[in-house]
Amino acid sequence: MDSFSNFLFMRSEVSLLVVILALLVFDLTAGKRGMRYFQPIAIILLAIHTILHLLPHEAGIAFGGMYTYTPMAGVVKTILNIATLIIFLQAEAFNSERMSNKKGEYYFLTLVTLLGFYFMISSGHFLLFYIGLEMASIPIATLAAMEKQSKRSAEAGAKYILMAAFSSGIMLFGISYLYGTTGTLYFADMPALISANTLQIMAFVFFIAGMFFKISLVPFHLWTPDVYEGAPTNVTSYLSVVSKGAAVFALALLLYRVFSNIIEQWQSILYGLIIISITLANLFAIRQKNIKRFLAFSSISQAGYIVLGIIGGTPFGMTTLVYYIFVYLFSNLAAFGVITIIENRTGKVNIPDYKGLYSTNPRLSFVMMLSMFSLGGIPPFAGFFSKFFIFAAAMEQGFYILVLIAVINTIISLYYYLLVVKAMFIDKNEHPIPSLRTDSYNKASLIFCTAGILLVGIFSIFMEKIELFSFAMIQ
Amino acid sequence: MDMDYTLLILLLPLCSFLFIGLSGTKLKPAVAGIVGTLSLTAVTLLSYYTAYDYFSSQNISGVWQTLTPYNFTWLHVGEKLHIDLGILLDPISVLMLVVISTVSLMVHIYSMGYMKGEKGFQRYYAFLSLFTFSMLGLVLATNIFQMYIFWELVGVSSYLLIGFYYTKPAAVAASKKAFIVTRFADFFFLIGILVLSYFTQTFDFEALLIGDGSILSGAMGSTFIGASALTWAMALIFIGAAGKSAMFPLHIWLPDAMEGPTPVSALIHAATMVVAGVYLVARMFPIYIGFTPEVLQGIAYGGAFTAMFAAVIAIVQTDIKRVLAFSTISQIGFMMVALGVSTSMQLAEHEHGGLGYMASMFHLFTHAMFKSLLFLGAGSIIHAVHSNEMADMGGLRKYMPITHITFLIACLAIAGIPPFSGFVSKDEIMTAAYGFGTGMGIWMTITAGLTAFYMFRLYYRIFWNKEYEVHGGHLPHESPRSMTIPLMFLALLTLVGGFIPFGKFVTADHTQYTIHLDTTIAIISVVVALAAIGLATILYRKENDQPARLAGRMQGLYKAAYHRFYIDEVYQFITKKIIFNGISRPFAWFDRHVIDGAINGLGWITTRTSEAVKGFQSGSVQWYAWVFLFATLLITFLTILFTH
Repeated sequence: MDSFSNFLFMRSEVSLLVVILALLVFDLTAGKRGMRYFQPIAIILLAIHTILHLLPHEAGIAFGGMYTYTPMAGVVKTILNIATLIIFLQAEAFNSERMSNKKGEYYFLTLVTLLGFYFMISSGHFLLFYIGLEMASIPIATLAAMEKQSKRSAEAGAKYILMAAFSSGIMLFGISYLYGTTGTLYFADMPALISANTLQIMAFVFFIAGMFFKISLVPFHLWTPDVYEGAPTNVTSYLSVVSKGAAVFALALLLYRVFSNIIEQWQSILYGLIIISITLANLFAIRQKNIKRFLAFSSISQAGYIVLGIIGGTPFGMTTLVYYIFVYLFSNLAAFGVITIIENRTGKVNIPDYKGLYSTNPRLSFVMMLSMFSLGGIPPFAGFFSKFFIFAAAMEQGFYILVLIAVINTIISLYYYLLVVKAMFIDKNEHPIPSLRTDSYNKASLIFCTAGILLVGIFSIFMEKIELFSFAMIQ
Repeated sequence: MDMDYTLLILLLPLCSFLFIGLSGTKLKPAVAGIVGTLSLTAVTLLSYYTAYDYFSSQNISGVWQTLTPYNFTWLHVGEKLHIDLGILLDPISVLMLVVISTVSLMVHIYSMGYMKGEKGFQRYYAFLSLFTFSMLGLVLATNIFQMYIFWELVGVSSYLLIGFYYTKPAAVAASKKAFIVTRFADFFFLIGILVLSYFTQTFDFEALLIGDGSILSGAMGSTFIGASALTWAMALIFIGAAGKSAMFPLHIWLPDAMEGPTPVSALIHAATMVVAGVYLVARMFPIYIGFTPEVLQGIAYGGAFTAMFAAVIAIVQTDIKRVLAFSTISQIGFMMVALGVSTSMQLAEHEHGGLGYMASMFHLFTHAMFKSLLFLGAGSIIHAVHSNEMADMGGLRKYMPITHITFLIACLAIAGIPPFSGFVSKDEIMTAAYGFGTGMGIWMTITAGLTAFYMFRLYYRIFWNKEYEVHGGHLPHESPRSMTIPLMFLALLTLVGGFIPFGKFVTADHTQYTIHLDTTIAIISVVVALAAIGLATILYRKENDQPARLAGRMQGLYKAAYHRFYIDEVYQFITKKIIFNGISRPFAWFDRHVIDGAINGLGWITTRTSEAVKGFQSGSVQWYAWVFLFATLLITFLTILFTH
């Protein structure tokens, strides 16, 4: 393969790069008046990119195995694209001077992190993997700190960059030991050289700790609530959906492809982490007043559920994992969409402020309710199906007690999700949030999410399509 | 695929529900009504065409074929089991299509007049469409799980319609009661489905019903408390059917459901939803007859008891809609009896084992027509005099001639007077019942006599008896055209319905059969009916004190029947006294003191712990890094320890 066709094979990355460069050029050349159209232009370009690469193409490798492509990775990229698109629709906060006097930066940086995730997912070599990871995390720190006047936002950015650097350090340490003991960094060559000896287990755990940091499993989650709360809400939703989704998928790929020899070890690690993640995050979530902090803990516990899909080590588990991410995208972004709208207009972010929301904003309350139902796993909404399948995948491999604990935790989580619904619909409030107007971008994003919550579960085609690609991915 | 246009029958009402429902009050009331009625007209025409098409083309050497124009897999459950959504056409589903669409269309048209000016007119039409959609989905189901889904949807839409006047506490209570009672029965239905599918590994009707029954052998083989799993499954499924069809002792919701708008009663509580149970038994008939005849016999006895029981209650009710409600319960009892007394699938000149099945379906059809006519007639009367009580009526024949004549036709039909439709279908049921046993035959004949008596008591008390007392200064008058046209149409169907060669179309084994009357039984039935009508004429045609004296003489029975034999009170006693005091109280105590105590304790511990480990989530990055590193080292250590 000559280098040209190598690049051609990476067409989704190249096309995203084109979008990024186009936006960069526009940002530099457009005057003050042109800048007003930044949001629609970014949305349109990303939408075109999404549609062009909607369905995955055939599997293969490029650059001698540095870059590998599987249809499943293509599906995940599409899911990340859709999530980013919805987040862009909700990005009205970046239209105001409060955030940045150059609004282009937001779109540009977000798409750069997305490109990083692309590389992470499609890498066939630890170097490319690490580059992708860093490419994704450094701009996120900038994004978190984007609200210039806010001390909390700056704090969130600083915390994120410090913790990310720390975790990268640990991860690199692990990778270097892996290289030292195997003599290669190619994913394809490594499995045969990895066994359960002490040095490699240490290297593995150090490496994987960095991934747990990204997914924010307990006890690597400590940064999550602070950063989620401090960062602009739009960035928080990006962190909670795109960053988490990509990292989980990358983790699953590595565990399946590289570390398949030490499956017993990583299964028991995940076993423990799932239980403490789901349980502790639930217990903390109950006590939260700030809705962003609340969703931070909710997302930690959701991460525990997502990892349930990995633990079985089967293609079906992979299917359910991707499906879960897909469903979670709609449910979580619906909630964040409503929060963004309310925060931007009233500055209110506490759950008690939401009391009586139904009387003034019935539609927003309705969307929020659907989102909470879906996150809590109430049938017939999509969240029920994703939980159901992921439990089925774990049960299939005999993790009965783990699933039982997860189910009990689902009931606990229902309690706090319904607390939000209760606040909106039942609790009385003398001065509820006034009736709010939303622009059409936000409306479109909420309609999109609502449709996802209602339809993805009921129409089995989504699950079947994902299943179609999952068998090809584990050779 | 053959007859694939049948999909439209399901899609049209769904679309009109979504359209009317989502438009809400943005739509003008009249537009909502017209949209709903037009879509239903199309559905009705399509149903008629389906019936025509099916009955003219799907007969291969004298046997009606079973078609599935659509069937797609909706969900996979395990290896073999899958849940499908589809359309199944066979004689009974086509029959139900015609019945449901006809009555629903009549109710749609009628409601334009009856509900005019009501608040929530659009909502009403949206719910009507939803109900029609669910009911059609139920009868067209290709598998028992799809049937169950639509079964529940029917329950929900019925709940919404009964509680339409949601500002009226009685309506809200009635809708809740109907929902809870039928839901309770559905729970057993679901267990029955799960047991059945666990053993057979399929939900599909065709797989279950057609074939030599080898698929059922697993269920036959395993026993539970003295009966085979199959017997249990089929009995549980029947409990579900009994709940929807208001069989004793699950009938208590139906009389209260009369709080809903009267056209709704005509649609749901006369012609469609309440016969869903009969339809379910008919659908599963091959299994009942072939493998669990003991359950089928139970159905016969249960139906016979219900028929008589409800008829006795109907005699003394004074609310005209409640009389009709109990009459419906009684008539459904007739249909269940007819199914229950069947002894085989066959029906031919010398083999009458399957006569009951045909009779039951026939009666379902004729009953749907004359009972919805009765309900719509009652609605017309209530519309005119603004009361449900017989005491406020009397002498209405002069003011409402069309309502009067059509109501009389329906009364004659239900009483079983030739040549009205009810006579023919009821006669077939009688023949089947006498074939089963003379005792059963006599019991049903007495019930039929009671039917004739209470119907004519109702008729005379409304239209004859005393002169109408004018209150409020205006005389009752005939209802508008939109209400009388459906009445006349249904009366026409009641007149000619009996002449349909029904046996040619619907029989248990899908062969063709020519109906003929059993002269002896026909004569006995007619004589009993005429005698009962005569008695009713003597007692109620003119206002007199005979009925009151009679009631006085049989005070105990009268009071008991008036209070519906205290069944509601029994339920009250069981739920309030036994369940609440005996079970719920201790649980409540346990909940309050032990669970709450534990939760509060947990909360206290959590608060204390979080106070103690506040530093854990301190906001200090150095600390976060320490935890990170420590956790990594701990996991490494544990994993290595675990490996070696």
